[in-house]
This record gives sequence, structure tokens and C-alpha cells, in this order.
Amino acid sequence: MAESGTAATLRLEGVRKSYGVGTPVETEVLHGVDFSLKPGEFAALIGPSGGGKSTLLNVIGLLDQPTRGKVWIQGIETDKLDDAERTRLRGRSIGFVFQYHYLLPAFTALENVMMPMLAVRGRPDDEMRERAAVLLDKVGLTPWKDHKTNDVSGGQQQRVAVARSLAMAPALVLADEPTGNLDTNSADGVFDVLRSVNETSCTTFLIVTHDPRLAQRCDRIIELVDGRILADRPNRNVVGRSGAVFSESASVPSAS
Amino acid sequence: MSRLTPFEWIAAIRFMREGLVQTLLIIVGVGLGVAVIVFMSAALAGMQANIIRRTLNYMAPIVVIPPEQVARPLREDGSKTAALVQPRSQQLRSIDQWQKVRAQIERLPDVVAVTPVITGPGFALRGDANKAVNITGIEPETYLNVIALADKMVAGKLTVASSDIIIGTELAKDLGAGIGDKLHLNTASGASETLNVTGIFDFGNKRVNGSNVYISLHVAQNLLDLIGGVSSIELKVRDPFEAETIAQRIQDETGQEADSWIKTNAQFFTAMAAQTLTNRLIRFFVGLTAALGIASVLVVSVVQKSKEIGILRAMGTSRGQVLRLFLLQGAVMALIGSLLGSALSFVFLSLFRSIARNPDGTLMFLIEIDPPLLMVTTVGATLVGVLAAALPARLAAQLDPAVAIRG
Repeated sequence: MAESGTAATLRLEGVRKSYGVGTPVETEVLHGVDFSLKPGEFAALIGPSGGGKSTLLNVIGLLDQPTRGKVWIQGIETDKLDDAERTRLRGRSIGFVFQYHYLLPAFTALENVMMPMLAVRGRPDDEMRERAAVLLDKVGLTPWKDHKTNDVSGGQQQRVAVARSLAMAPALVLADEPTGNLDTNSADGVFDVLRSVNETSCTTFLIVTHDPRLAQRCDRIIELVDGRILADRPNRNVVGRSGAVFSESASVPSAS
Repeated sequence: MSRLTPFEWIAAIRFMREGLVQTLLIIVGVGLGVAVIVFMSAALAGMQANIIRRTLNYMAPIVVIPPEQVARPLREDGSKTAALVQPRSQQLRSIDQWQKVRAQIERLPDVVAVTPVITGPGFALRGDANKAVNITGIEPETYLNVIALADKMVAGKLTVASSDIIIGTELAKDLGAGIGDKLHLNTASGASETLNVTGIFDFGNKRVNGSNVYISLHVAQNLLDLIGGVSSIELKVRDPFEAETIAQRIQDETGQEADSWIKTNAQFFTAMAAQTLTNRLIRFFVGLTAALGIASVLVVSVVQKSKEIGILRAMGTSRGQVLRLFLLQGAVMALIGSLLGSALSFVFLSLFRSIARNPDGTLMFLIEIDPPLLMVTTVGATLVGVLAAALPARLAAQLDPAVAIRG
């Protein structure tokens, strides 16, 4: 059974999610969602508010469990796992970027990036510190690595969050409106970082966004409406790879 | 991952530093509580020890006397006795075969020293002055092992040869007698002796200083008409607080009456027990208040940091790690607080030392803060801190990460 999803980073099969199960106000938010993501895919999840995007992301991220249906992460059937095993799988295989960065203000940028490694391994070491420095360099924040996260700009904070999501070299990164709080310029910067990571590693990305412009820059667009997948299509002519926006922010990865 | 790792330490300390004002306030609160507990316990112990020491100064922990004389019917043939029997007057009597009783007591464990004593009423006369006194005939070699009379001498020397008498400072003043002066000692039996004052003592108790006189055992036997006898056997035990149990045992084994100082000073012991109970109650409530303080600070912190906790959980932090992270904060705050409190208690102590002085500048009583008390308090406070953190830590560990992040 567990082997059935070997090829896919993520596989969903008939995923349903209801809230208030067993009460008179029981409501089903997801009505059977099926799709899978191959290693290295860069997909957008779009759709109107209240359509179940965040719920789906929580289910995929093992923060929530489906009422029915199955979720495979890298071929592992997750409904067979207990809470501690799910936590461990989440820590090792999934990275999160949220709309609001949720960095720990008590720590510096570098320490925030180290945090997932520290939480999983328990003890800080030089290797962790080096990896965190490399990741911060990748998102162009080397000069700010020792700043407390409240002392850097919103766009920079979100880039720290991106670096943090990559700390454990996860197979899958889930981003819930990663640029929702940013101005266009910063948003493009963050987005470029995500794309460049995707191109240099085979990390799979699933990005929830309201911004059609950003969705057009993804390889695949999945549209979720009222808890069902309305459309799931490859995006043949990815935009934004040329033109002013791209070239301006293309300097980010090389700004070391 | 069920051990405490540096991750929990690092995060706990950063979280506490982040809410520095709250953390410092609660540490100061815990510190004050600990200081009050330590100082109060030390003060009470010092005060009680002081009273005990002063009482046991002039009083043996256990005094063995002959059993009380009771009125018995003369005939045992079952004839009726009056409904009202006048109790017998108690005459001064010797302990029957006191040498045997003494040997019996000496063999008991926990008995440190035993001495035969004869006590009775008399009058001290000098010139026109006439004072009622308490005659105590002693065997100095053994008596000094029970009562530290030697330490209390303020003038002359401690010898009780056949014509010697040792009196208290108060009596010396009343009679106008000094070292080398003579005084007469009369008793109700008509016996009289002329004795030389060889020493003057001060027990720090006016009544005792004004009435107790010490003479040799033989002279007292003559004066009190108790040739060859002793009216009581006094003894010292290893632990004064065990006196009552030992007294009971002596009573059972010798058939004599044994009175412990605990029974003689029952009122004082009741008061002391009440003080101890009050102290415990105060300690309990101070501890509870500190615990509630720690708990409330941590609950607020859990609520404030629910999103951060959610993201930590999303990053793969286990429930156990989150739990330990908050338990650790409780423990650390309580530990630092109690160390601060221990330091503060020494400040209280020196403050007390400068205030609580007798008019002559000597200390009213001695308070010592002993290291074991500090150790126990520090360990205890840290445990209380962990317990206080239990509720907030559980709240944090049970946060649903999806809800926390969305919330």
C-alpha cells in the first residue's frame, strides 16, 4: 500500500474534511480531493476565499487529519501514523511558509533558520549554523543574519521564513499566501527566491495564492472551489520569467 | 526525544528574556516569598531555642521524685469509707533505695547524666534580712553534668564543701551579702547552719536568682531532716524533646514519679506548637501565592505565544518538547527566585541583628540561617515552580497547531 505513491511527493485520494463531526452543525469543507505532486513540481493552489484552501493545506501539512480519504507523503500513508510519528514526518519532509511569517522574535534571523533543525535534533552544532548561513545567503539576507527578526523589513522577514522552511531540506514546501502581506516589489523578491530554490533542488512547492499574476508564474495551477477541484491544468506559458519584474529581482540570488 | 535537550533550554531562556519585565517581577516575587519563609523559620527556631535554653538553664529535663502519698483505708475488710476523703499532706520524703533507682536510670539509653538532689524550703538570714529560699543540696561532681551551673557563676568559685553556700545575684543583693560573708540557713524542722558565701550565680531569671541556694548534699540532708536520703534524682537526656517519652519509661521501670520539663512547661509547649503551626500555614500560603504567580505569568505567555508555539509544532517540535519548554521556565524562575530569596534572607538577618538588641547591646537572641534550610527551601521552591508550570505547559502542549496558526 505504502509503495503505491513512490513516485509522488504528495498524493491525495478522496480527501474529505468535515468540521463539527457528530454535531447538528456538521459541515463538510472538502468534498473529495484527489491530486498528486511529482518531485520538483511548482504548483499554485488558487480559488475564492472559503473554498477550503487553508483546510487542504493543513491536511497536506499533517497539521490536521482528513475525515475521510488518504494522504501520502513520499509514499508514506499518513493516516496510519500516530501524533508523534506525524510530527516527526512533518519536521523532516515538509516546510511551511505562512502568510504572516511567524518567526520567533526572541531569536536572530540565523537562529530562526536553525530552529527546525534544533527542534528535531535537540542540540545546536556548527553544521546547523553553516547550513542556516547558506540558506540565508540563498535568500539574500547574509548582512542581516544576526539581526533580531523584528529589526528587518516585512519582505526580509518573509525571506527568513522561506529559508527556515528549507532548513530540513524538505521534499515539499507548503506556502499559504507567502506574499499576501507584502508590496509588489517584495512579493516578487520572495517569489523569485521560491522559484530559484525549486530550480536548483528538486523541492516540490505548493503555493496558495490570491494573486493571479503570481499564479501565472507557476508550472501548474490547481483551482479549488467550494471544496472541489474545479480545474487542474499545466501552465504552458509561465509569465514573469522575462520583463521588468523578473530582471529586477533576479539580482536577489546572486546578492551574496 | 523524551529527554531534556539544549533546544528546550535555549528556547526557555529566550522566551523568559523576551518577557523580561514579567520574568523579573515574578522572580522578585518568588525571592521575597522565599526570604520571608527562610527568615521566619530561622527566627522562630532561634526564638524557641533561646527559650528552651533559658528554661533548661536552671532546670533538669527530667526530675524523678517519689510517688505521691495517697490516703489508704486502714482496714482491707471491705468496711465502708467516708464519701469524702481528705487528701494526705505531702511530706518531704526520700526516694526509696535511691542508689538502686539511680543505677537503674543510668543504664537507660539516651540518658547523658544523672545526679541525686535534695530540695526543700528554708530561710536565709543575715542581720535583719530574712528571705525564703529554695535549698538545693547537690553532689557537685555529677550535678554540674546536668545543670551548667559553672557557666553561670559571676563571682567567687563553685565549691560546696560542708560550710559553703552558693547564692544568686538577687539574693546577694537582698541580703547585702558578698563573697566570704556568712549567713544562716534555717528550716521548718528547727535545724540551722551557718554558711560561707563562696559563689554567686546569675541564671538570667530574677525568681531563680532570688530564691535558689546551693549547698552540699550532706548539709542539706541534715537541714531538711532527711539523713541519707535524696528528694529527687535529676537527669539530662540527649534530646530534650524526647524527655517526655523517657520520663514515661523511667516511671514504668522504677515505680517513681518522673516529670519531664515538657510536662512542667506544658503551656509553653502549647504556645510553641501553635507558633510552629502558624509558621507552617504562612509558609504554605506564601508558597501557594508564589506558585499562582508563576502559573499566571506562564499562562499569559502561552496565550501570547500561541502562534509561535503553533509554528514550532509545525516545524516538527513534539508535544513533549513544548511541555518541557514551559516546565523548564517555571523551574528556572523559581530557582533564580529562591537563590535571590536566600540572599535577601541574609539582608533581613543583618537588619534584624541591628534592631533586636538588648539595652546593653547584646543580641536578644541568636538567629542562625543554616545551610540545610536554604537547600531544602531552594529545592522545594524549584519543585513548586515545576508544579506551577504544569498547567500552562499542558495548555501549550495541547495547542492544536492548525488552530494556533490560523487563530
